[in-house]
Amino acid sequence: MRRNQVAVVGAAETTELGIIPTMSQIQLHADAALNAIADAGLKLSDIDGFATAVETPQQICHYLGITPTWVDGTSVGGCSFMLHVRHAAAAIEAGLCKTVLITHAESGKSMIGKQPRSIAPDSLQGQFEAPFGVYGPPSMFPIPVLRYMKTYGITHEQLAMVAVVQREWAAKNPRAMMKDPITVDDVLNSRMIAYPFRLLQCCLVTDGGGALILTSADRAKDFPQKPVYILGTGESVETPMVSQMETFNSSRAFKVAGPLAFKEAGISHADVDHLMIYDAFAHLPLFGLGDLGFMPHAETGPFIAAGHTRPGGKLPLNTNGGGLSYMHSGMYGMYALQESVRQMRGIAPAQVPGAKISVCHGVGGMFAASGTIIFTNER
Amino acid sequence: MAEAKRARPKPTPETQHFWDGTKAGELRLQRCDACAHVYFPPRPFCPSCASRKVSVFKASGKGTLYSYVINHRPAAPGFTPPYAIAVVALEEGPRLMSNITGCPQTPEALELDMALEVTFEALDEQITLPLFRPAKG
Ligand SMILES: [Zn+2]
Repeated sequence: MRRNQVAVVGAAETTELGIIPTMSQIQLHADAALNAIADAGLKLSDIDGFATAVETPQQICHYLGITPTWVDGTSVGGCSFMLHVRHAAAAIEAGLCKTVLITHAESGKSMIGKQPRSIAPDSLQGQFEAPFGVYGPPSMFPIPVLRYMKTYGITHEQLAMVAVVQREWAAKNPRAMMKDPITVDDVLNSRMIAYPFRLLQCCLVTDGGGALILTSADRAKDFPQKPVYILGTGESVETPMVSQMETFNSSRAFKVAGPLAFKEAGISHADVDHLMIYDAFAHLPLFGLGDLGFMPHAETGPFIAAGHTRPGGKLPLNTNGGGLSYMHSGMYGMYALQESVRQMRGIAPAQVPGAKISVCHGVGGMFAASGTIIFTNER
Repeated sequence: MAEAKRARPKPTPETQHFWDGTKAGELRLQRCDACAHVYFPPRPFCPSCASRKVSVFKASGKGTLYSYVINHRPAAPGFTPPYAIAVVALEEGPRLMSNITGCPQTPEALELDMALEVTFEALDEQITLPLFRPAKG
């Protein structure tokens, strides 16, 4: 895909984040969509392309009153929205539509109007994983961690520092769910969830949503907000079964999507001013730093423990506080994208001064899928 | 109220041989007749070269502990926490998820790369699960 041909011209989260007992899941979609439409200075009737995940495009388009000529219902987990951005950029460039709305929302905590996730007993997961006691992401996502730690010499303290550093960022974000400072000891003494991970190394469970509006870069200058251009993109999938990953020392989906985005963007790692790596659990930033090529995997733990990703560090990472401290409604990728857009607009609560390039990397399922978007505010 | 039961696998036409195997006390894998690739989970073609000529064979049942978590909460129905959810690297190459029996469910007892061997546990009259225990000798 050609660089900087498409831009984000509208971006917003739901009016509230956290615990929202007053709205169903589809209303959370609508709330985020209406906020993004207002942010872009558009009307709903201006939208001719639409993408969403979990909920179907027909569900949300009907609810909002949109008649699209291009739809994308890609639903590969929490990074679906990175894939939507990539697909939307291609569709806009190909002339299939002009103005795309992407929505995410999940009543993850209040569970209003949300179908519970279930595993069919005759699916491969139902036959070859569920009978062995996996029960939700905390019992599955950390399964590779002990192997990764042994291979690369990563320590429990380094993995605890991921949560400590992200809480430092969250403290700067008024909308973050968890803002009180924590220490490595606090993390290592918090309730055990699935060894080696404890409560403070697992994401929050909240309600909320977000929406993005994309259009061609040529049109973007006529919109009220500072355009944020799509510089590079990548995507891939591996397996819905964490037990069947090629290796626990790396994520194949990360290793395909990340480098693809860097190549498309034509940038080097030294060019990156701001980085988001979807952190459903504390090991994901380490996998991300390694698989996206920022450093060898063995250096990721020491790099974070040394403070290089904290406020004032040389590689600001997960500056909203991440899924560990900002919010996590179940599919956090949209919130990572929102933070990248805020940073590129220069309006983030914990703004990285002068940031020009932001890398936003998402995961879907338990390393099942991946999407990477590289943004810039310069064309 | 009925006691919550462990999730029960429901075989499909492509996986029936695997579940027939565990019921007969065998861990069955598949090998490609064209390229010799050994793979899991079951399917009637080779995911490496796409050949439909594949054979079912009895695996040795030997493997090593590749990685695991010790799940504390929330516990799956039919499980008493803490319990280990393990991924076993089989001698023949493929990995599969299982539980480790005959061994404390602690980080001290569960050492990565420890030798394991398959054991079978009947869930009901139709389904037997392949579990693993520390290898003897
Ligand atoms: Zn083959």
